[in-house]
Parts: sequence; structure tokens; C-alpha cells
Amino acid sequence: MHEGKGFISIWFFIGLLLFIYGILILGAGLYNLAVPPEHPVVLQNLHAGVWWGAFLLLVGGFYCVRFNPKRKGQ
Amino acid sequence: MPLALLLQSSPGNKLISLGFIDILVIAIYFAMVIGIGFYLKRFATTGNDFFMAGRDMTAWIAGLSFVAANLGSLELMGWAASAYQYGILATHWYWIGAIPAMLFLGIVMMPFYYISRTHSVPGYLKLRFGEPSRALAAVSFALMTVFMSGINMYSMALVMKVILGWDINFSIWVSSLTVAAYVFLGGLLSAIFNEVLQFFLIWLGAILISIIGLIETGGWQGMVNRIHHNFPDQDYTHMWSTLGSFSDNPMGIHWTGIVLGLGFIISFGYWTTDFLVVQRVLTARDLRSAKMAPIIGASFKMAVPFIVILPGLLGLAVLPFKLVGEAQQGVGVHTYNEVLPIMLARYCGPGLLGLGITALIAGFMSGMAGNVSAFATVWTYDIYRAQIKKNATDMHYVSMGRWCTLVGVLISIGTAYFVMQFASIMDYVQALFSFFIAPLFGTVILGMLWKRATSAGGFWGLLAGTASSIGMYAWVKLDPSALRIIALSPHAKDMAENMYRALWSWIICVTVTVVVSLLTKPRPLSELTGLVYGATDIPSEGHLKLYQRPIFWAIAVTIVFFILNIIFW
Repeated sequence: MHEGKGFISIWFFIGLLLFIYGILILGAGLYNLAVPPEHPVVLQNLHAGVWWGAFLLLVGGFYCVRFNPKRKGQ
Repeated sequence: MPLALLLQSSPGNKLISLGFIDILVIAIYFAMVIGIGFYLKRFATTGNDFFMAGRDMTAWIAGLSFVAANLGSLELMGWAASAYQYGILATHWYWIGAIPAMLFLGIVMMPFYYISRTHSVPGYLKLRFGEPSRALAAVSFALMTVFMSGINMYSMALVMKVILGWDINFSIWVSSLTVAAYVFLGGLLSAIFNEVLQFFLIWLGAILISIIGLIETGGWQGMVNRIHHNFPDQDYTHMWSTLGSFSDNPMGIHWTGIVLGLGFIISFGYWTTDFLVVQRVLTARDLRSAKMAPIIGASFKMAVPFIVILPGLLGLAVLPFKLVGEAQQGVGVHTYNEVLPIMLARYCGPGLLGLGITALIAGFMSGMAGNVSAFATVWTYDIYRAQIKKNATDMHYVSMGRWCTLVGVLISIGTAYFVMQFASIMDYVQALFSFFIAPLFGTVILGMLWKRATSAGGFWGLLAGTASSIGMYAWVKLDPSALRIIALSPHAKDMAENMYRALWSWIICVTVTVVVSLLTKPRPLSELTGLVYGATDIPSEGHLKLYQRPIFWAIAVTIVFFILNIIFW
């Protein structure tokens, strides 16, 4: 969309936000893995923060690279 | 009991306490949406850019924005609450109450909206029925949009106060001024960009509740077994089998109300004529994209119960305490409306909690941006340009659009404070909004499919349908026994009454339109080109491969729709 106008793709913005969120949530999850919280959530043993943070990091990273405005063809 | 500990540890009687990481997640979201607004300002220089996003959106962008504009946070929390209260019956509002209408919009109605090159639904009425119909639809839509936006704003601020302990004034001003800033800067382009972003955040923030909840219950069957064990006298897990009688289900509704009232009138009225959602599809870059956008939206809409209805059902299965209605609210007792944040707090630790709250805020903002951008377009093009200043420059109208975005937000804020003082006004304004939707669908659909419909027929049909809807509402308020006539049963609840009232007002609108049209002179066929079935050349899709045709995907979505309804019958 709007390619002719030198637009940065919306998917790049989404990727960037998910990448940042991935770092924060994965970091918080790993911290909780090392230092268990005083009031754990239900099914804390699943460590949802770790794998969900990693998932966001991967998806966000993929979108950042795939729709990088400096990449040729974008 | 971790949840109980969490609740007890929350100072100030709030439901959830956010940590530093959670606050950071929310703050980054605000910075991102404002940043996108600033970035897009340079691309929103003409009226076509500001009001129609350049009419250059792909089917995916338009489709996701189409669904996101409807995915407000009150919608998320409200339907999760309804799922806790009524069980899986609430899913009807996502499936039969949305999917057929969205597909109908894409396949049948979109060609006329798109080929006529209208900028709005009132704009289509102008082309088809003339100025009086447009003026009636535009003024009612503009007023109701900003009022509804204010009511949603107040409700959201109230929710944030209950969940997070945030000050109501803080929530109202920060969230609404953020929306005002990015819509002011980038217009509809910015609203759509952010809606797509918000769509992803809503999904990624809310879906964890369903995933972890199903792990806790041991899958779907485990959840159903727990619900039956917790509530042996109620059936919360079947969609159709309890609809044979008004008294057999907790919603007090009959299948005819669901199929005719919700599935046909209310749903078609909202999804095909409410400009808030239709505007998103009008931005598509070509006719095929415009037809595909609602179909893509329908496929995602069909999946939304996974993040909205399922958390409510999981609440029935796993919560160790029972939630109650607003009327029974008391100290230490939680209401149905709190089920989604309670489930969020149950499963989500630091960071994830911030993501979940961001999803709720994103939902609110996408809904409000939808209201504000639609208001700006209808005010500028259908009221200001049509009635006040007809021949100004394009730049003048863009400037007007920007400033009326701010004015619209300020009126919404004023409405929010007004509602804060007079809470009962909320019910009346919400009802008022519903008065226009069903008759408007009658007017638009006759306009598109019946060449004989005349300008007088369209106007008087719309007016009669709207007036009759208001009349029926007032009649039941003054004389509750009228419910047995309007809703066909004295046992009917509010939702059932709304559906039957919509059905009758649509029938009255169509009847009056047909009768008046037959008594008045028809417009020449040459004036209806591009506006009506039979007078419009709709481009053939014969050259496209099967999987590239919108009708192929509409049939695929329809098949999945039927399969899902049978599975959860």
C-alpha cells in the first residue's frame, strides 16, 4: 500500500512493537524463572512469560527483517 | 489460592496491581501509536488521503481494520461477561450475528458502494435517494457517534478504575487525547494503521487466557465437564438446542429472535450500513479488494469467540467463587463484567499482564478512533460541505476534518462527564443508536436492489422506520405489558425486545418505502447507473483463478460457519 510514496509498511511497525515486547516479556519471564514470585499465578510452572516472550521476539524479529524499509523491494 | 492472594494484596480495593514491566509495556504502546500518527501526517495531505486513506488499502489491511474497529474493549469485556452469564449462547453475536451479514456486504453490497465512489453511507443515500435522506442519516449518525464514543469512554475509565485503580479523569483525558492526536495528524490512514496494530495486540494479549485455561481444565471436554459439575441445573454449552422455548435458556430468547432479529436485521443493519465499519472497506484499492476485505474480516470474526467467549466459559469452569450481576454488587463480590480481567490476573504474570491490559486499552482506542474518523468524514462531507460551505478547496475540507476530529473528541469527553452525572442517560442513548440501524438497512438494501424505489419512498421509509422504533421503545417503557406484543412473549428479556423491535421497524421501513415508491414517479434508469442492481455493470471475475475469486472464499467461510454451528449445536 502506498508503495509509490515511500511508505514504511504497517507490518514493520507491528514487528517492531512485538520485538520490543518480546524482549521485555521474555526478560521478565526469565527473571521469574530465576527468582520465583511471592504470589505466583495459576500454572506458574508453565512459565508462560518465557515461551510467549520468545514467540513475540521471533515473530517480531521476522516481521522487522521481512518488512525492513531499507530492504530492497520494500 | 494465588488469585485470592493477588486480590487481597492489591491496595485500594483494585483488582490488579501492575509492576514496572507492565507499565513499560503500556507506555511503549502509547508512544508507538503517537509515533505512527506523526509519521503518517506527511502522507495525509489531500481529502482523499485524510478521509479515505488514499483508497489504497490492500484487502488484508481493510479487512483487519474492518474487524478491529468493532473490537472495542467494552465489546471484549462485555461479551466475556455475557459468556459467563449466558454461556455459549453469547457466541451467536459473533457467528450468526455477524458472518452472514459480512459476507453479504462483501459479495452483494460492496459493488454498489464501491462503483458509486461514495465516501460514506449517507453519501450513497444522497446519490440514490437525494439530499433529505442523506441529511437525516448524516445528522443522526454524527450525533450518535460522538455520544456513543463518550459513553464508551466513560465506561472504559470506570473499568480502569475498578481493575487498576486508575483515576477516571486520567483515563478519560490520556486515552482520548492520544486517539485525537493520531487521528488529527494522519486522519483515516492513521486510524487504520493503528487499528491493524491494535488488532494484533488484542489477539496476542488475550489469547493466552484461553490457551492456559484449556490446559488447566484438560481441554474443551474437561471444561464442559467442570461447568456441568459447577452448574448442574443450567445448560451453558449448547448454542441451539435450548432455543426452542423462551423459558428454556438463560437469555429468555427463542430461535426466531436469534435468526430473524439478530441474524437478519440487527446484524445486517450494523455490518452493512453502520458507516463506522463500512468506511474501512471503502478504503480498499480496487473492487476485488473491497469485496475480499469483509470476507477476510468474517474469517477473523468467526475466531474471536476463542479470545472473548472462551474466557467467560473458562471462568464458569475454574473460578472458585461465583460472579454476580451489577444489581447484586457488594463488598468482596465481583461482577460478570470483571471476568476477563480476573482471568487475566489468574494466568498472567509480569509483562504478560501489561500486554493483556494493553490489549484492553488498544480495543478501546480502536473503537474510539473508528467513531472519531467516521464522525470527521460524515460531518465534513455530508453536513458541512453539503449544507454549509459547498465550494471550498480540498485543503479547507482537510483542515475542517482535522479540527472536527478534535471537536468530536471534546464532545465525547463532555458526554463522558455528562454520563458520569446522569448514569441512567446511558441506556437511553444506546437505545437511540439502535433506532436508526434497522430502518437504515431497509432503505439501503431497497435502494441497491430495487430500481423502482424512489427518493420520496426512501426518505419516508427511513423516517417511518425510525419513528416506529422509537414509538415501540416508548410504548414498552410506559406500559411493560406491551412486551408480549412487541417481543411476542411476556418472558422476553431486553435483548429479545431489541431484536423484535428491530425486526418490526425494518418491516415498517420496507413497507412504507415500497408503498410510497409505487405512488411516486420513478427516477430514469440513466440516473441509477452504478447505484442499483440491474443498472450497474459489475466487472466480471471470470478471468480470475478460482481461489482468487471473492465468492470462492465466501463459500469457504460459509461452510466453516455451518460446521461450527453444528459442532456446538
